[in-house]
Amino acid sequence: MKRILAVDDSASMRQMVGFTLKKAGFDVTEAKDGSEALNIAKQQGFDAVISDVNMPVMDGITLIRELRTLPNYKFTPLLMLTTESGMDKKVEGKAAGATGWIVKPFNPEQLLAVLKKVIR
Amino acid sequence: MSALSSELDNKLVLENVQGVKQFLTFIMADEEYGVDILTVQEIRSWEDITQIPNAPDYVKGVINLRGTIVPIIDLRLRFGLASIAYNALTVVIVVKVEFAQQSKIMGMAVDAVSDVYSIMEQDAKVVPSFTESDNSEFVAGLVNVGEKMVALLDLKKAMDI
Amino acid sequence: MSIDLSQFFEVFFEESFEGLDAMEAELLNLVPGEEDSETINTIFRAAHSIKGGSGTFGFDSVAEFTHVLETLLDEVREGKRVLTTELVNLLLKSVDCLRAMLSSLQAEQTPDLSESTELKKQFEKILELDDTPSTQADPVTSSAAEVNTYQIDFKPHHHLFKTGNEPLYMISELAELGDLEIIAFHNEIPDITDISVDDCFLSWRFFLNTDKSEKAISEVFEWVEDDADITITMCGGLFSDESDDAADETAAEPAIAPAETSTVVVAEHAKSKTNAVNKTPAPAAESTSIRVGIDKVDSLINMVGELVITQAMLSQLGEQEVTEATLTSLQEGLAQLAHNTRDLQENVMRIRMLPISFVFSRFPRLVRDISQKLNKQVELKLIGEQTELDKTVMEKISDPMVHLVRNSLDHGLETVDQRIASGKDPIGTVTLNAFHQGGNIVIEIMDDGQGLNTQKIKQKAISNGLINESDELSDNEVNELIFMPGFSTADEVSDLSGRGVGMDVVRRNIQSLNGSVEVSSAPGIGSTFTIRLPLTLAILDGQLVKVAQHTYIIPLISIVESLQIDITKVSRVGKDLDVLRLRDDYIPILRLYKIFNHQNAIETLDKTLLVVVESDNQKVGLLVDDLLSQQQVVIKSLEANYQKVDGVSGATILGDGRVSLIVDISGLIKLSGLRKPGSQELIVESQASLEAS
Repeated sequence: MKRILAVDDSASMRQMVGFTLKKAGFDVTEAKDGSEALNIAKQQGFDAVISDVNMPVMDGITLIRELRTLPNYKFTPLLMLTTESGMDKKVEGKAAGATGWIVKPFNPEQLLAVLKKVIR
Repeated sequence: MSALSSELDNKLVLENVQGVKQFLTFIMADEEYGVDILTVQEIRSWEDITQIPNAPDYVKGVINLRGTIVPIIDLRLRFGLASIAYNALTVVIVVKVEFAQQSKIMGMAVDAVSDVYSIMEQDAKVVPSFTESDNSEFVAGLVNVGEKMVALLDLKKAMDI
Repeated sequence: MSIDLSQFFEVFFEESFEGLDAMEAELLNLVPGEEDSETINTIFRAAHSIKGGSGTFGFDSVAEFTHVLETLLDEVREGKRVLTTELVNLLLKSVDCLRAMLSSLQAEQTPDLSESTELKKQFEKILELDDTPSTQADPVTSSAAEVNTYQIDFKPHHHLFKTGNEPLYMISELAELGDLEIIAFHNEIPDITDISVDDCFLSWRFFLNTDKSEKAISEVFEWVEDDADITITMCGGLFSDESDDAADETAAEPAIAPAETSTVVVAEHAKSKTNAVNKTPAPAAESTSIRVGIDKVDSLINMVGELVITQAMLSQLGEQEVTEATLTSLQEGLAQLAHNTRDLQENVMRIRMLPISFVFSRFPRLVRDISQKLNKQVELKLIGEQTELDKTVMEKISDPMVHLVRNSLDHGLETVDQRIASGKDPIGTVTLNAFHQGGNIVIEIMDDGQGLNTQKIKQKAISNGLINESDELSDNEVNELIFMPGFSTADEVSDLSGRGVGMDVVRRNIQSLNGSVEVSSAPGIGSTFTIRLPLTLAILDGQLVKVAQHTYIIPLISIVESLQIDITKVSRVGKDLDVLRLRDDYIPILRLYKIFNHQNAIETLDKTLLVVVESDNQKVGLLVDDLLSQQQVVIKSLEANYQKVDGVSGATILGDGRVSLIVDISGLIKLSGLRKPGSQELIVESQASLEAS
């Protein structure tokens, strides 16, 4: 089973993403900010990471930058959840090592469709 | 087994469709009264009770029904009948009464439990308004069972205290 | 796959309300011009999360409104805009507006959009936006129904794999758009000795026969636009020989070498239809939820663990032959069980306990708004915010507290000029202080204002007929008058307080929680309202008493003392009221058996006991036959299946399974006819008459 780490400070988004992915047959671990995600990611391996950008403690861009430096996450798809007003964030995210992005708002179907770009 | 039970279910459903209801009947002052058996939670013997200060005489008090506080109504007194001493036959019928706002679990102390009848609902006659009886307001209808006459209780009115 | 999003609504609402609370708190803390970036970030994140969630869960009105809010906050965050006081006020209004919108949505009602529309306009004016851009992402258009063939050249840069992207999946995605012909170029792959395994050396040319638009194709490569050379060209109808020429024309990509090493692969049209997942519509989530700290849950689990061990030990004992030794172990086991149960009970109760900061947090805003309105300068101090109390008690104490704080601001604190004139700090202080005391939580509302004006209160009470001009009352007794029904000292009915809803309602609400409220005041120094509440509504420390054959429970909190009556100190007042002189007090004696209409009680005073209780600052003695044990009782409702009973606050089940009723002291005083203010006069009268004799 493919393992995905879902990171969002909003519990409802986290639940929605988590629930959708679980239903689609993924093994999902949730984290509520970048720092928590980074700690989890260091201890376990994941096939993909989906992270919100705006989060307390450690934001999504920093998380992606940190993850990309880890040997285990050299090739791992790292996706950001971003809003359309955060287009410049996409550039910043790409520079930090993000694989791609999912634009909010999205529904579960869109999430899974986008995910197919990087993990099957 | 399951076939049997589903057959039973069907039968029950059919009975419902045909307007047949089961009534538990009890005796008070030689009269027989009936309540819809679906409202009956349990039947208990008379037990020690905690009085409620300044309550009407027909409210005998409250009992502990597995952690819930349940009031007990003396139906004789409620109906304006002469009270009798409680004895070994005295029973408390615990019913669930659906009031407009909420449903309440309440107990009725009656002389004795009698029988269970299946009664076609449409057979019940409306209580004649000229009846002099004090308790006609608590009776929803009268029905003949064989030779006997059973008064079907209007629980909501009888227990609205 | 279809997923019912409504199952996430409740969490969304909960976190949105929390976000709004945080936003409000930060906005109130913020000094325009001195805001630090973390404060702005917190405010921004709250708006951002609400926007993201509301968009996702289909609450478009909220999403649209938060969009402008977020845009504005983003500008502030980036330093492009200065946060002014007006802007802060506007943002605070938006918090209220969002709260209202979300509340209606939570109640499954259509929110009233008039305010949000108005606020949105104001924001848009500030942002100089005439039109809000649609917040919706463009749906993938499939307008072009005609079938076209596209040539796509895709040459990833070497580092592509390190972005986490996978060309294979993109090819599959392309294949889903239509019929795909693939040519892969592997001529760039270096010698095995020189190869760097992390890099991508392959490139591709695709011919895609599809009815989808060019946009749909470019979306496949959206994430790698900067990590690859991509060209997409339309080359007319079906696959044709011209395609080679077309390739030559676009040979701007020198990297693509259609050399002899090319391989042709025709991809199978991958059809992967996801199985329709059978869904069960989730029932609407319970609207009332409670957040519990994980430590509380952990300690519960520990206790249940201990309970299980004790139970196992006991059942093992039960299987053994009864001897002296097993009996001792059994007793020990039962003691252990009692201990476990008590611990468990206490901890389960703790689950319902929340820090009072939930209530306190609404006051900074309230104080700010009111002091602005009144043109007073006020500093609000919050102490003991982490003090915990039952969630239900908390919900019910909020309104009385608001009333008291408003009162302090309106009547208690002076204006700046007045304060300066009397040599005080121009900035007044209101302090909310919460702490635990015994089994109670005490909440103090203190102000350093002018204090209660006893003279004015007295006059008002006389003119309202509450007291007689000749009555001599201590300052405390005068202050007590403000809790009387229909009492209001405000000369003019102001917008803030004195709207007919008076302190009597505050007191009644607090008493309905088994609590009390008192006031103490010093002229020119300030006044303090002290609210005392039980920590929980579910459990009560009770004194069991015997009245006739009946067992009643008196809340221990209201008992002052219990004593045998010295009949030489009892005097008869009026028709049938006995009053006991106890030190400096005169205690009216209430005969419980009489009030409760019970027969066969002991009627002679010297053979009975008197339980002196206090309620509303008034002491009365309850005559009982005997004192039984003291114990903690679980409060059960009488109203659930019966109705409210005067003089009784509830019922409980005693150890032997019998029901016992809990005495409601203030209800009892009312029932006895010793009503206030009559009682006050009565006691004063009796005092006068006793001293005269």
